[in-house]
Amino acid sequence: MSMRTPLKNVRHLGSAKEGTTHWWHQKVTAVAMVPLFVIALAYVISLVGADYERVRYILSLPFTSLILLLLIGAVFYHMKLGLQVVVEDYIHAESTKVVLLMLNSFFCAIVGLAAALAVLKLAFGG
Amino acid sequence: MANVERPLSPHLQIYKPQITMITSITHRITGVALSVGTLLLTWWLIAAAAGPESYETVNGFMESWFGRLVLFGFTWALFYHLCNGIRHLFLDAGKGFELPTMRKTGMAAIIMSVVLTLLTWIIAYSMGGAS
Repeated sequence: MSMRTPLKNVRHLGSAKEGTTHWWHQKVTAVAMVPLFVIALAYVISLVGADYERVRYILSLPFTSLILLLLIGAVFYHMKLGLQVVVEDYIHAESTKVVLLMLNSFFCAIVGLAAALAVLKLAFGG
Repeated sequence: MANVERPLSPHLQIYKPQITMITSITHRITGVALSVGTLLLTWWLIAAAAGPESYETVNGFMESWFGRLVLFGFTWALFYHLCNGIRHLFLDAGKGFELPTMRKTGMAAIIMSVVLTLLTWIIAYSMGGAS
């Protein structure tokens, strides 16, 4: 039997043992995405109606790769954190919740890495 | 303890819809929708990296009426999540919690998202996106 009071258990980093880290990372990625989104939107609009050669050329420029990789990193991390909260809020059966949280991590990692690889391939040719 | 049938707070459907609750749940719904939408953007990037044929396939989808509808919805969800997200950043900083302010900024986020969406599509089409 634990001699600790319930208050002692939630002090410092709280019962989840991560304090405000989740919330803070959500905020940092949110702020990062604002300027990245504006630049990405300018790219998208400039590519409207462009042929394949043009699209390929623009996507091979170093600045494009930099913006896209930063955006992909922020987007998929933000997405993982956000979807995690949705699962935690609505799914109360412990086993289902754990499975869904894992699938969420896998999904975000796979799609995010696939997008990043595509950007790298566009950057380095091949 | 989690299995105890606790009484629920007053049922959602008897509440008069308020801007604060609408903006909140819409933020979540657009967030989930945008997550699904990342598949579309990833598909586009992979196709562009793969070659002209696969790029044409994606473009064909994007130019179909269904593709256009999905892209339009994606654009709005993106702008809404952006506008309301910026509002959330202010709320997280402890600013704008007075009810009249909450309602005003909430309405502003909704209106801005619609205006920015229409503006984006008008610019895109005027640049030759219809072709």
